[in-house]
Amino acid sequence: MQVSINVNGEMYTREIEPRLLLVHFIRESIELHGTHWGCDTSNCGACVVLMDGKPIKSCTCLAAMAEGHEITTVEALEVDGVLDPIQQGFHEQHALHCGFCTPGMLMTTRALLNENPDPSELEIRTAISGAICRCTGYKNIVSAVRWAADYEATAK
Amino acid sequence: MAVTVEQNLPGPGPDQERPIGFGRLKRKEDARFIRGQGRYLDDLRLPGMVYGQVLRSPYAHAKILSIDTTRALAHPGVAAVVTAKDLETLGLAWMPTISYDTQAVLAGDKVRFQGQEIAFVIAVDEYTANDAVAMIDVEYEPLPAVVNARKALDPGAPLIRDDKIGQRDNLASPTWEAGDKAATDRVFAEADSVAVRDIIYPRCHPAPMETCGMVADFNPNTGQLNIYNGNQAPHAHRTVYAQVAGLPEHYIRIMCQDIGGGFGGKVPVYPGYVCAIAGSIVAGVPVKWIEDRTGNLIADSFARDYIMHSEMCMKNGKITGLRVDCLADHGAFDSTAQPTKFPAGFFHIVCGSYDLQASHVKVKAVYTNKAPGGVAYRCSFRITEAVYLVERMVDALAIDANVDPVQLRMRSFIQPGQFPYETTTGWTYDSGDYAKTMQVALDIAGYDDLRREQQEKLAKGELMGIGVTFFTEGVGAGPRKHMDILGLAMNDGADLRVHPSGKAVVSLSAQTQGQGHETTFAQIVAEELGIPPENVEVRHGDTDKSPYGLGTYGSRSTPVSGGAVAVVTRKVRDKARLIAATMLETRPEDLAWEKGRWYVRGDISKGATVESIAEYAYSGRSMPAGLEGGLDAQVIYDPPNLTYPYGAYISVVDIDPDTGYVKVRRMIAVDDCGVRINPMVVDGQIHGGLAEGLGIALMEVITFDEEGNCLNSSFMDYLIPTSLECPDWELGETVTPCPHHPIGAKGVGESPNVGSVPCIANAVIDALWKKHGVRHMDIPCNPARVWAAMQGRPEPPQ
Repeated sequence: MQVSINVNGEMYTREIEPRLLLVHFIRESIELHGTHWGCDTSNCGACVVLMDGKPIKSCTCLAAMAEGHEITTVEALEVDGVLDPIQQGFHEQHALHCGFCTPGMLMTTRALLNENPDPSELEIRTAISGAICRCTGYKNIVSAVRWAADYEATAK
Repeated sequence: MAVTVEQNLPGPGPDQERPIGFGRLKRKEDARFIRGQGRYLDDLRLPGMVYGQVLRSPYAHAKILSIDTTRALAHPGVAAVVTAKDLETLGLAWMPTISYDTQAVLAGDKVRFQGQEIAFVIAVDEYTANDAVAMIDVEYEPLPAVVNARKALDPGAPLIRDDKIGQRDNLASPTWEAGDKAATDRVFAEADSVAVRDIIYPRCHPAPMETCGMVADFNPNTGQLNIYNGNQAPHAHRTVYAQVAGLPEHYIRIMCQDIGGGFGGKVPVYPGYVCAIAGSIVAGVPVKWIEDRTGNLIADSFARDYIMHSEMCMKNGKITGLRVDCLADHGAFDSTAQPTKFPAGFFHIVCGSYDLQASHVKVKAVYTNKAPGGVAYRCSFRITEAVYLVERMVDALAIDANVDPVQLRMRSFIQPGQFPYETTTGWTYDSGDYAKTMQVALDIAGYDDLRREQQEKLAKGELMGIGVTFFTEGVGAGPRKHMDILGLAMNDGADLRVHPSGKAVVSLSAQTQGQGHETTFAQIVAEELGIPPENVEVRHGDTDKSPYGLGTYGSRSTPVSGGAVAVVTRKVRDKARLIAATMLETRPEDLAWEKGRWYVRGDISKGATVESIAEYAYSGRSMPAGLEGGLDAQVIYDPPNLTYPYGAYISVVDIDPDTGYVKVRRMIAVDDCGVRINPMVVDGQIHGGLAEGLGIALMEVITFDEEGNCLNSSFMDYLIPTSLECPDWELGETVTPCPHHPIGAKGVGESPNVGSVPCIANAVIDALWKKHGVRHMDIPCNPARVWAAMQGRPEPPQ
């Protein structure tokens, strides 16, 4: 079947199998490798992208279901050489080690800050509880989100 | 609104100086990871590449009567199906393990664990390969399975390793001993009090976010085999492949790109790797194999699985002796990660941090119909099991003798004046001041207040527990006089080249999986040579472009590769001194060093910077007599001893009396890992290890039913802590430099996992024993198991 999917503001039209998962469409069909795959059961969150601004697990969504929606991946966070504050926050607060979960975490927390610009620690922990990080123990991810929230509050 | 990162590289914050050398420095590698530009194995595309997938056994133990690949081969898009028969013609049906056992690459005669590899399909894409796997028809004759290690040696137990000539039972390795049995028996006979426990450290799994995989690219015209594979020891892997496949070692090149975590799980060679290589040799095109999560959990890299009968005794308020009889479950093939001379790894470090009079340790290993292993999951070769045991036993003794667990530890510690200290099982601890570190942890925790709170809560029927542990680890394997793996010395190389501009490249044999080597090893060069860390590029992960060494695991990168980098940098600095003497028209002995510069003693204004020396070294000007041009050096570092980091951990848990749910309220970790190269990275390592330790203590476990079906084959059943289970870690530190390490550093990555598991287990039992009489329960302390323990029937985990 043919699908046309808007990813990061660009339309991609591809011939695909109906069973193709969105994560594989992103990684294989249009070769954006920033979105990762980590489990087969929707548990790990390495594949989180935004669909119309909401975080979804792209391993649990058929590519065909993404038609008519706007998909945003980690590659869209930096604009014209300027990092998103959430990216900067992860760097400032050492919120990543191996980097594998990082794109999913970035998209999850970007969506959180869009909804809630001043989240509490518990709100941050709840927002990222669907994503597993095996390296950081989460403490610095929480700090990174606060860093970005504080930065954005100051910049306004 | 948004912000920029200077030069697209990590830079100092507005008020921070970027350290030239040790100190908090944000990581260089972040620049690609925060942009989604990490290059992990599955991101690799090569021209003509095809995809492999593994067919796995549904049975734990069964004869294979036939394998019919006709349907799979007829499926459109399938290029080949490889079975044991095909591998036999290549001589690749069996492979050696890192413990001198053999392991079937693909099962031909029978399957010996659920998930064992039977066939390897090669197809145009991943989906087609998966389809074809389901079209392979295998006829099995199921056999009774051995799942319980305690029953593996029963007369009449089914023989698992009938492939091994002369093997008549399921003994994997005979009893190995350390310590002095007679002296230990005497100490126990004279003791005031003896605690006895059967302690199980159950099977668990490192489960890095990125599973295992490989892209093998064999060029039939040149004989060159390029291997892309995220593994923790690329040089050792190359040697193993040369031995297994009979390929010339210099025609094998391993390239590790970014690795999505390892934690010990990416140390071994797995059958899927050999299949990908064989597939590329057969098909003549690159073959990619990426393991699925179930394959990762059921077939690779389990850890622990030790059953430990333990006795500890005390006299006059001090711990005096330890006796351990241990049964190790190695699964169907013995591929335990350990230095060859130590069949139980470093388990005999089990005497812990205490000045014992005697100890005796026995370990025997058996085969079972379970996945082979075990790897050192964030652990230096069975030290995690050892520390778990000794720290559980100290608490057991404290409960049985009715003394405070902190006081018992404080009274029994090895004293600062006793270092270097030789333990009763033969280790030489390098340095420590244990009571000081313990006191820092007690102060952060507010220990006395916590005990008061606990009493008040107990009176109200609330279950609060305080767990205490003090661990000593031996990390940084290791001295060639003491240890090797498969005959390879556990030394590391380093190669430092300072270019004419004063910019440098340092090449390592260590292999980062997220530890931040590109930053911290640049800091070692910066510290020793006085050039900014951003002027030092760290190269690793490509066997053609890095010196030989044994890789990253067992917290050995800083102790061994860190030593290598410090020594190679000093070698360059020494050469720079000779050149500087010529430049300054003086004698080398008249020069003194300050960071980044040699100067004439007595006239600090007269000197030469490293940059000017480098420029001179490559110029046409004359060099000192007998000295070659250029500014570079290479070393192989043989550490004189392991390093012995230690730490005091305290946890506070609250247990829901209605559900048995354990909430870790506080987790305090005070680590002494000697000199800290980058405190930010050290703290990050500790955070991560605490989370994994919390997981093992509360939820991570691999179990089997009686038929050998693995019950934890996905992240639905193998539970990993999320942000909600993890508390806000509280860290502290003391710094006792390692006396024999060039920069005084010790390893740290594994300490938090080693220390936190017994700490949380002790806290749970501390919460339960006064009200419910629980004197021991095995991990994981999940609600069902805690509830059972509260009802007076603690259950073994498997």
